[in-house]
Amino acid sequence: MRHLHTWGAVAIIVFASTAGDILLSHAMKQVGDLGQLVRRSGFLSAVGRVLRTPSFMLGIAAMAVAFYSLLFGLSWGDVSLIVPASTSLTFVTNAVAAKIFLRERVDQRRWLAALLVAGGVVLLAA
Amino acid sequence: MTFRKYLVLGGVAVFAAAGDSLLSAGMKQIGSVSLNHVSAIILTVLNPMVAAGVVLLLGFLACYMTALSWADLTYVLPATSVSYILLALIAKFFLHESISMNRWLGILLISVGVGFVTQGPELTHKKQAGEAKDGGLVVRLSSGVEP
Repeated sequence: MRHLHTWGAVAIIVFASTAGDILLSHAMKQVGDLGQLVRRSGFLSAVGRVLRTPSFMLGIAAMAVAFYSLLFGLSWGDVSLIVPASTSLTFVTNAVAAKIFLRERVDQRRWLAALLVAGGVVLLAA
Repeated sequence: MTFRKYLVLGGVAVFAAAGDSLLSAGMKQIGSVSLNHVSAIILTVLNPMVAAGVVLLLGFLACYMTALSWADLTYVLPATSVSYILLALIAKFFLHESISMNRWLGILLISVGVGFVTQGPELTHKKQAGEAKDGGLVVRLSSGVEP
């Protein structure tokens, strides 16, 4: 039962944080270069522009789900499994999802980087 | 890539590492939270360490949003994974944990990954006329997220 809970938490964290990252990235591509926007129309109006982007709010909601699933997971204690498993899996799912949903050109260099970082995260926590 | 942009990527990594450390320390103070007490997990933000961690993670969010406004997700994520190396170093120097052979290897893998991705272009240029416009992506996204 405990293992089921742990892997359930990992699955929810991976799904929610991938959805969140994709939505946030999509939102910021719609908003455009934030530095230029701040210089052109001021800080507050730039923040307002970001907050009014629907995929930003959806992304934050998904991140909140991921955040609270992580808190639940951490409080159960299997930190050494939940954190590396969910973070390293998220690097891979994000690369796949960014290619499909954001049409990013994920070339060999980026696949390799995502896999190396995913492997590195697992080793760091081992 | 300008110096200012590297600074923003660095900010993502530093805020993430510091914020996560504080969250972790705070949750260890609180201890196990049961699924039966959902209110308890919402109240965790009243712990000072957790609260400070949340504030730092807001700084992380600001830097992260800025980075995503001019770079691809598949560039930003590996490039800012320096934060995991920072977390290991925080554990060594502040929590006096030892860094095992495995951890050094992990640090090496992440460093190589960061080196790989930062040598490439940071943004996919969608200049072809055949590329889907943003509106089409919204439809794909919402159908992917909401079953």
